[in-house]
Amino acid sequence: MELTRRDALAALAGGTTLVGTGAAVVGRGPADPGRDGSAGSAAGNGEKADPGNRPIRFDEEELEALVAVAQVLYPSKVAGVREFVETYAAGRFERRSGASPTAGVREALQTLDERAREWEGEGYAALDPDARERVLAQMGANTAESDPRGTDAERVRHGVVDELLYALYASPAGGRLLGIENPPGWPGGLDAYRRGPDGRLPERWRSTDGRAPTGRRGGR
Amino acid sequence: MTTDPDRAGPKPDRAGGPPRSSTQIDRTPGPRVDVCVVGAGPAGGLLAHRLAERGHDVTVLDAGPRFDMGERARLDRMERTLRPGHAAPEVWEMGGARDAYSTGRRSYPLNHTRVKGVGGSTLHWQGIVMRLHESDFERGSRGEGDADWPIDYADLRPYYAAAERGLGVAGGSDNPFAPPREEPFPLPAFPPSYSDALFAPACEELGITMHSVPGARNTEPYDGRPVCDGYGTRRPAGPAGGQYSGDVHVRKAEAAGARVVDRTPVQRLTVDRSGERATAAVYATPDGREHRQEARQFVLAAGGVETPRLLLLSTSPEHPDGLANSSGLVGRHFMDHCFAGVGGRLDERTRQHHLGFNTRESHQFYETDDPDVGAIKLEFLNYAGPSPLDRALSDGRWGDDLLDALRESYGSHVGVGALIEQPPRAENRVRLDPSRTDDHGNPVPRIEWSLGDRTRRTIERANEIQRTILDELGATIAWTVGPDSTGPAAHHMGTTRMGDDPATSVVDARLRAHDLANLWVASSSVFPTGGAMNPTLTIAALALMAAENVDEAL
Repeated sequence: MELTRRDALAALAGGTTLVGTGAAVVGRGPADPGRDGSAGSAAGNGEKADPGNRPIRFDEEELEALVAVAQVLYPSKVAGVREFVETYAAGRFERRSGASPTAGVREALQTLDERAREWEGEGYAALDPDARERVLAQMGANTAESDPRGTDAERVRHGVVDELLYALYASPAGGRLLGIENPPGWPGGLDAYRRGPDGRLPERWRSTDGRAPTGRRGGR
Repeated sequence: MTTDPDRAGPKPDRAGGPPRSSTQIDRTPGPRVDVCVVGAGPAGGLLAHRLAERGHDVTVLDAGPRFDMGERARLDRMERTLRPGHAAPEVWEMGGARDAYSTGRRSYPLNHTRVKGVGGSTLHWQGIVMRLHESDFERGSRGEGDADWPIDYADLRPYYAAAERGLGVAGGSDNPFAPPREEPFPLPAFPPSYSDALFAPACEELGITMHSVPGARNTEPYDGRPVCDGYGTRRPAGPAGGQYSGDVHVRKAEAAGARVVDRTPVQRLTVDRSGERATAAVYATPDGREHRQEARQFVLAAGGVETPRLLLLSTSPEHPDGLANSSGLVGRHFMDHCFAGVGGRLDERTRQHHLGFNTRESHQFYETDDPDVGAIKLEFLNYAGPSPLDRALSDGRWGDDLLDALRESYGSHVGVGALIEQPPRAENRVRLDPSRTDDHGNPVPRIEWSLGDRTRRTIERANEIQRTILDELGATIAWTVGPDSTGPAAHHMGTTRMGDDPATSVVDARLRAHDLANLWVASSSVFPTGGAMNPTLTIAALALMAAENVDEAL
């Protein structure tokens, strides 16, 4: 599966982010999940630019590290991780600027990078895939409780691992991998829940367009 | 004694949340007002709005803050709810010395079940709102408790209709078990889910009627609020306001002229020399001072725990056991609803977790001829099994291993839940715990809650029905929440019960305290029995009824 910038913007739209990322601007509102399984476009829904709301970007090194972690966390069949993470990260940083979790991401990345240099002799982003996974596991980021105020491992779990997993699996991009195009955390509207795995309304309620079979609103 | 698990309270880092209300806000008391309302939840908001509209001078005091209800702030709260790393009570700043409590032998997760602040506990509710059945007003006579309500369904019916209009309830006419109604719901019902369609043939075979679920959630734009955007979460409410929360009417009350002051926990009520009239609400402010707000009428709308606690804290020579407590029943008969459920898996995809609420349920087992069991409200779950997001964030694996695990855990779950009636029992109670004090030196509430045999039997009966449905569906049963694993549904009821006899109740049929001429209660604390329906619509209807009666008294 190819992740796209559009997927990242959609993931951000779950957070209703209004932030310019180059030419792309996120509007709010649900993307149409699309019958073909595509993520649809959030940007086409209420699109508007906010020139005063400039994105605050992670620096290149931090972005490289985030992408490197995502390549460990995300399934191997997912392509386009770099663009997804870079777009998502830019929007997240802006939305959460001033709030501690953003600073938490930066601090957690620093901790991860320090461990990589200590154990593997290079910054995290420069490591090969096996070493990236090894560092995360060795510091216990897979088994640690998620805690933004906890130990190094707990902060990396919260600020980097959970951050990136949330980006993917609380969005239609990750949901598509599992057969849920409106996962918790995503404003997917009031249509997807009515449809079967084939994207169609169940036969028994098709004639009523899925409405309450005995009519609207009631009154008796 | 057990203590609350969240006593540590919010940590200093209030990630992403709004600033606490400014200390620059003027929290000094105004001149004597017509009405002082304690609590800015849905009951307080609806009542204050109605009275302010009638031209009365209304002040509302709330112990908690005025939350930032902007979209970003609400999204941040939703994310903190969905992600690990934050205790659930922290999301709405519950916990710590302000909210300390203790429990009896059975634990009760009090701070998971309530929110203090403008909007109250509807800031984290599921938005399920149905009327009590006619039988609920006479369960005492039917042997399901020791008291009937002093009013009946017909008395409350016009207020139910007004409450449905106020909250914006989406509902349908397809429930043959529902009490009669005089007008359609304000909004059309939520259509059934794909999961509901899987249950339908099995229920038809078994003769079980499924029907829609009234919800305070918009299926169409309503009252300036948009259509529910389907975030797929059980709480908090959708960031854009597609689900009702109590702050809606607090804002309306303010627009109509009411004064709402946050972070002003009321410490006690004072009375005049005769002991027959309340004179002032003594409240604390963040600067450590105490003030007195005087009023002609007082309305307690602080829920089923803090309402009796405030009465018990308000001792005086005239009322040595607490205010409005000549019956000795303040705090007694604490009730909740119990959850019962059975779940399993099918050999097909069931499309769970697209929504955080249910779209079909059954009231078929609500009234029963079996004298040994109480009311059961069946719910066909749209969120059975682990949420894939929860699992992704807690699994500990990653990459392809994680994807495999998620695909294994998500996709084929089904479940049937139920709310179970808990009859009133005098030993279930909210009392003061003198061994522990809150941030103002007041004894904390102590929750003594236990299940009786009847409740256990009702849960077992619900489990039987649930297993029958899942067997008919061909599911492999994987879990059961039965009498030994049940928990509370966060519906605090019964602690200032209403009745005609001052010896056996705390407030009268008009919701005025028997013992005082100007003290009213608008809360689920007045329920003599609780049925098995989610209580908020009844709370709202009672609040509107109380507003009428207070208006008449002014």
